[in-house]
Amino acid sequence: MSNNPIPKQNVPISWLFKMAWRDSRKNRSRLFLFISSIILGIAALVAVYSFKDNLQNDIDRQAKELTGADLIVESRKAVSKQTQQMLKTMGDDRAAESTFASMVYFVKGGGSRLVQMKALEGNYPFYGSIETTPASAAKSFFSGRDALVDKTLMLQFNAKTGDSINVGDLSFKIAGVLDKAPGQTGISSSVAPIVYIPLKYLDKTGLVKTGSRINYKYYYKFNSSNELTSIIKQLQPKLEKESLDLDTVAERKEQTGRSFGDLNRFLALTGFIALLLGCVGVGSAIHVYIQEKLSAIATLRCMGLKAWDAFLIYLIQVSFIGIIAAIIGSVLGTLIQFLLPIVLKDFLPVEITMQVSWSAIGQGLLLGLVISVLFALPSLLSVRRISPLNAIRATFENSTSKKRDLLKGFVYLLMMAFIVGFTYLQMKTWLQTIAFTAGILIAFLLLMAFSGILMFLVKKLLPASLSYLWRQGFANLYRPNNQTLMLTMSIGLSTAFICTLYFVQGILINRVTLSSGASQPNMVLFDIQNTQKIAVTDLAKSYKLPLMNQVPVITMRIEEINGKKAGADSTNKRAFRNEIRATYQDTLTAAEKIIDGKWIAQVNSPKDVVYISLDQNFARSIKVKLNDKIVFNVQGMLLPTVVGSLREVNWSRMQTNFRVVFPSGVLEQAPQFHVLMTRVPNSETSASFQGAVVRKFPNISVIDLGLVLKLLDELLGKISFVIQFMAGFSMITGWIVLISAVLTSKNQRIKESILLRTMGASRKQILAINAIEYFFLGLFAAAAGLILALSGSWALAKFSFDASFIPPLLPTFLLFSSVILLVVITGVLSSRSILNKPPLQILRNEGN
Amino acid sequence: MESILNIRNVSKIYQSAGRELTVLNNINFSIDTGSTVAITGPSGSGKTTLLGLCAGLDRASSGSVELSGVVLDKLTEDERAAVRNQYVGFIFQNFQLLPTLTALENVMVPLELRGAKNIKSHALELLDKVGLADRGHHYPVQLSGGEQQRVSLARAFSNRPALLFADEPTGNLDAETSEKIIKLLFDLNKDAGTTLVIVTHDPDLAARTNRVIKMKGGLIIADENPNYV
Ligand SMILES: Nc1ncnc2c1ncn2[C@@H]1O[C@H](COP(=O)(O)OP(=O)(O)OP(=O)(O)O)[C@@H](O)[C@H]1O
Ligand SMILES: [Mg+2]
Repeated sequence: MSNNPIPKQNVPISWLFKMAWRDSRKNRSRLFLFISSIILGIAALVAVYSFKDNLQNDIDRQAKELTGADLIVESRKAVSKQTQQMLKTMGDDRAAESTFASMVYFVKGGGSRLVQMKALEGNYPFYGSIETTPASAAKSFFSGRDALVDKTLMLQFNAKTGDSINVGDLSFKIAGVLDKAPGQTGISSSVAPIVYIPLKYLDKTGLVKTGSRINYKYYYKFNSSNELTSIIKQLQPKLEKESLDLDTVAERKEQTGRSFGDLNRFLALTGFIALLLGCVGVGSAIHVYIQEKLSAIATLRCMGLKAWDAFLIYLIQVSFIGIIAAIIGSVLGTLIQFLLPIVLKDFLPVEITMQVSWSAIGQGLLLGLVISVLFALPSLLSVRRISPLNAIRATFENSTSKKRDLLKGFVYLLMMAFIVGFTYLQMKTWLQTIAFTAGILIAFLLLMAFSGILMFLVKKLLPASLSYLWRQGFANLYRPNNQTLMLTMSIGLSTAFICTLYFVQGILINRVTLSSGASQPNMVLFDIQNTQKIAVTDLAKSYKLPLMNQVPVITMRIEEINGKKAGADSTNKRAFRNEIRATYQDTLTAAEKIIDGKWIAQVNSPKDVVYISLDQNFARSIKVKLNDKIVFNVQGMLLPTVVGSLREVNWSRMQTNFRVVFPSGVLEQAPQFHVLMTRVPNSETSASFQGAVVRKFPNISVIDLGLVLKLLDELLGKISFVIQFMAGFSMITGWIVLISAVLTSKNQRIKESILLRTMGASRKQILAINAIEYFFLGLFAAAAGLILALSGSWALAKFSFDASFIPPLLPTFLLFSSVILLVVITGVLSSRSILNKPPLQILRNEGN
Repeated sequence: MESILNIRNVSKIYQSAGRELTVLNNINFSIDTGSTVAITGPSGSGKTTLLGLCAGLDRASSGSVELSGVVLDKLTEDERAAVRNQYVGFIFQNFQLLPTLTALENVMVPLELRGAKNIKSHALELLDKVGLADRGHHYPVQLSGGEQQRVSLARAFSNRPALLFADEPTGNLDAETSEKIIKLLFDLNKDAGTTLVIVTHDPDLAARTNRVIKMKGGLIIADENPNYV
């Protein structure tokens, strides 16, 4: 007997490619369908990345148009004479602007509204333009007593160019419609519409008085950037002293970029969720695919194919289809990016020029390839373990070795690392990354648990007395290679996604609507001077309006906390920086509850300690505890106090709430204005009352909560449109996963159908079995998703929005049933193709 | 006479549900190069299990298998795959043609796995021998069961194996077709000088071999050389 050496065998790589190609012959469309579930996710990401690139480019390019000037000096109070002298001589060109909130009154229509008044002087903007209709109005309004009025206002009050408006004591002619001020977005124009008037008329309007909140801005143009830098250096010390703010193009650019960074992060994450959903689909479809290839692989192994070579054949297949999906996704994404500026147009301060972004496409391609391979790998790795014995035995028990595959564990780790890494690249902070991935993980685990429970229950509780159709339909849910887990995940996750969006929108709207309930005030009058208080009250009474809340407001600053001045305590800058509006009262309102300390209503003698009450959140933010000493600066007068109590304030109640409340007997003589709240019964009364107030007391600002509510509704509508647009990717992906899952299990179904038909089942009965299966699958998956959404929304409502959450029953039910209906229809339609084939063809096809 | 297959003290024990199931109990035999052997026995007697061990598809619980001078016991999966590719051919009861490959491509696979070139004419020749020269471009689903088994015969002989294993090659075919396949099998075998090991329930088929090994309950109960010359 000879002792032969072990033969050497090396399969050429080219043969593996050839075999991969041949092996895919009858499965290409199916393989493609599997992988197509990642197309939309990739498309979404490519679109978002391209958009991000283009936006960044456009912000860079149009940065100067955002500010309209090279340098902006800003002050919240009138600047000193000395500084003014300097401000008047700086730069190569300069302009000045005073911004404040004020009512305008449209003389012809009689309407009035609180607007952002900008009194302008000089050649501003130096870059870009104030866009007006007619275009010449942007310059010509300086020459007369003219105004530019925001287009939303013009529409609201049906005003025309040439009409008159009253601002304070003066009337202005509308010279043109303001289409876009520098840096303005569609949203800001509807929330705070702008009216421009020439600065030289500001004093005559009578609106500038001590205590008016005016923002002074000085715009500069510098021909040389060196000069700009040296000026900034020179200004720095003055800034500190006069509490001036500097704003440069670079700063604004960065700031705009940052705020859109958030938007892009959000968009990218929603795209990523769609992608992950697709990945789950890819993973499980490939799993079933490999199961079907078991016998072919075993035969090849019998003939001497090495384990890793078998693995490579299928890796090549998956990578190839993955690349195709990635290419399609990238092309689609590049097309979709052209929709994003339309979707987002109201949020954008710059004009977007959409261009093909090759870096975005590159990222999409890479992502598509990596993700399709990564999520197929667990199934692909099991190819190595397929024993050649399967060719001579029909036992599937031995199909893969039971020994744990370390490599598979490693791949799962890699997947986690990928998800975490990718999220981190979007989020840039670990906390958010962990929160996001943990959220996703929990959602996945919960849905997994749900599908486990479903299968367990159906298996355990299925009564034998049920008719055959029902039993077979239920049995489909837990038979080997069932798709229950994956479908619960994909349907559940997309349902959860949509429902949560819907619920959150509802919570936000509800919160505002609740606060505008029938007994709640819906109109607020600000800036009522001491001398006007009685007259305004009388005016309200003459309109038969209830006086629901009338409080004094005193503006002040914190001078010292526990003996430390602003300069001495750098850890608590917030406390000293902002102006505080405080009030005094002798009783607590219904919305306030003392949670610590004692409320002292009255100070009887000037020598008594003044115990104040702080909103607990405010106290926390300025790091103050009970019995700490705070010295307030009330317009020049120092007022020492002690924190006597902390209050919990229900901010969702519609009324004036204050962070700092003084007892009565202290601030009565301080400069103050008053706020009055009332409820107008309808919009006509609202308009005529507002008109009357504006004409008699032009300095008083009126906020119509009805209008605010409408604006908010509009704003939320716009935001939720953006979210829904992105969620759409997940929804359609979930649907593709569903179709692909149904078709994946087609082979099993074919065998069953033949069996049933040979036993005499009618087409109708087989369809009924499928319908039952998909109905319960859809029911459970949708229920699982709904439960996730309900608990998520409840948690959001409770912890983030501080609101109560009552799910809207009818819409929820409609959403719920349409998901189920969609599942049933898709399931039955895709399995119908099996029924329509003649049985013989199926019998012959059964061999593969 | 030299033996191509040596089975020494081979046992196979399955652990199932905590119980041990001895499927093969200390089997010993050798097969001479160029001979034809039938393994028969009642269902469940361990024939397929034995065949799997002989061909290096599975590992014995104990004992040693030597195939064509290579001791398989300590080899890795891949090394055994190389041994199979070099020395072994298979014919299966359910044909096991690769459904996505044409008849011709199916026949070429064992040679391609070896990295051999210019094999098409050889494969066509084999298809011609089994009478399917004009069906080379057809896929398995387009062939009848008997035709599929003929393709699988051509495939089994394509790498000129030293040893050919067949597990109930006619189990899925009617009597007439079985007869044709058996004839073809022995004809090809004569041409190639291959050693043939056939598991079968068919007494006619068994009768045409040099030697019949009868199994029962994991033991060899008879080893007859009916027509041995
Ligand atoms: N993976 C396994 N685990 C446990 N027992 C097994 C396993 N594989 C096979 N057996 C058992 O081993 C015994 C022999 O099986 P084997 O397939 O070798 O029989 P056979 O002689 O080929 O039968 P048949 O003529 O029906 O094909 C059977 O009782 C079978 O149940
Ligand atoms: Mg058998």
